[in-house]
Amino acid sequence: MTANAILGIIIAALLSQNFILVKFYGICPFMGVSKKIDTALGMGMAVTFVMALASAACFVVNKLLVALGLSYMQTVAFILVIASIVQVVEMFLKKAVPALYKALGVFLPLITTNCAVLGVVLVNVQNNYNFLISVINGAAGGLGFTLAIVLFASVRERVDKAESPESFKGYPLALIAAGFLALAFMGFSGLSIS
Amino acid sequence: MNFKKQFKDGLLDKNPVFVQLLGMCSTLAITTSLFNGIGMGLAVTIITICSNVLISALRKVIPNQIRIAAYITIIAGFVTVVDLLLKAYIPALSESLGVFIPLIVVNCMVLGRAEAFASKNGVLASAVDGLCQGIGYTVALVIVCVVREFLGSGTFGGGLLNGGEGIRILPEGVPAMQMVMPVGGFLAMGCILAGFQYMTRKMENARKDKEAAK
Repeated sequence: MTANAILGIIIAALLSQNFILVKFYGICPFMGVSKKIDTALGMGMAVTFVMALASAACFVVNKLLVALGLSYMQTVAFILVIASIVQVVEMFLKKAVPALYKALGVFLPLITTNCAVLGVVLVNVQNNYNFLISVINGAAGGLGFTLAIVLFASVRERVDKAESPESFKGYPLALIAAGFLALAFMGFSGLSIS
Repeated sequence: MNFKKQFKDGLLDKNPVFVQLLGMCSTLAITTSLFNGIGMGLAVTIITICSNVLISALRKVIPNQIRIAAYITIIAGFVTVVDLLLKAYIPALSESLGVFIPLIVVNCMVLGRAEAFASKNGVLASAVDGLCQGIGYTVALVIVCVVREFLGSGTFGGGLLNGGEGIRILPEGVPAMQMVMPVGGFLAMGCILAGFQYMTRKMENARKDKEAAK
């Protein structure tokens, strides 16, 4: 793996293959926790952390499963690993960094059912990424998630205040706003480093 | 026990996609052809029924503190079964849906029904609930698919009818390709949701008028 290839993966995960706006992983928190910029940022940070950690842990677990000839148990094993990581992170933050725990606390349990986390792990395994690339892909994917959700939250704070037809109030308008954001991200689609 | 109400809840009042906005990842990502929509809908329906039945049967055995972890494990088991079956018997669907089949594990709809219904109700009622919610989910997916496929590819029934090509409605060059891309997913979903809200509001108003007239 050259530095160029690594940079390529980072750029893909952040922009041209953005986890939310291009690949549709993690739409639930994207719609649910994007009403305010601070909470969106908190959610993004928590997800990034868990995604990087889950990528590392699931890489090891996958090697173990393959060695034991149990690779059909991938989905079950990965989701359990992710659920335990979220639980451990929650307990660790509660003891060690109470301030951060307070900021992220409510989002942590939600992360287990975030498609982005399981999604990045499955993508890592399918593409046979090595340990380093898996972790980089996880962290960069998480940062891409953060970028999209923060951008969207700042759009949405304004959209919610605007006058709109009765039927479009709430989620419909939010979805259309997300559509335009996705349109902007389509502009990155040709981006690659060779 | 009120099966008719459960059915109406699943299809309209508590439609998992249009009202509760659950399982949005797959709703937006795979709704590009009728084949995908029906396949995904059926897969999720089967998994919801199975997991609802098993969770309902075990609801008195599973300790309350670890119930979510237990539910996810049960759901993941069924998802793995469906994933392997699809790979073996309908490889075209498996290829077309890709990573979104294993991602059914984290589809909030399946877990949501486990937590909100199966953990509190009997086995039969839970099975019916899974079926009704699954039908509601499938219908919603199919609606989004039909709209996006028509606008994006100009066809109907892609992957299923006319040897997989779909029946061409709009001539080549007219459809906006963006509608089958991520952008179109958000835009189409937003407009369909607005339409749904408009419809339910109209129905609500009509019901109120009727009551007022009495």
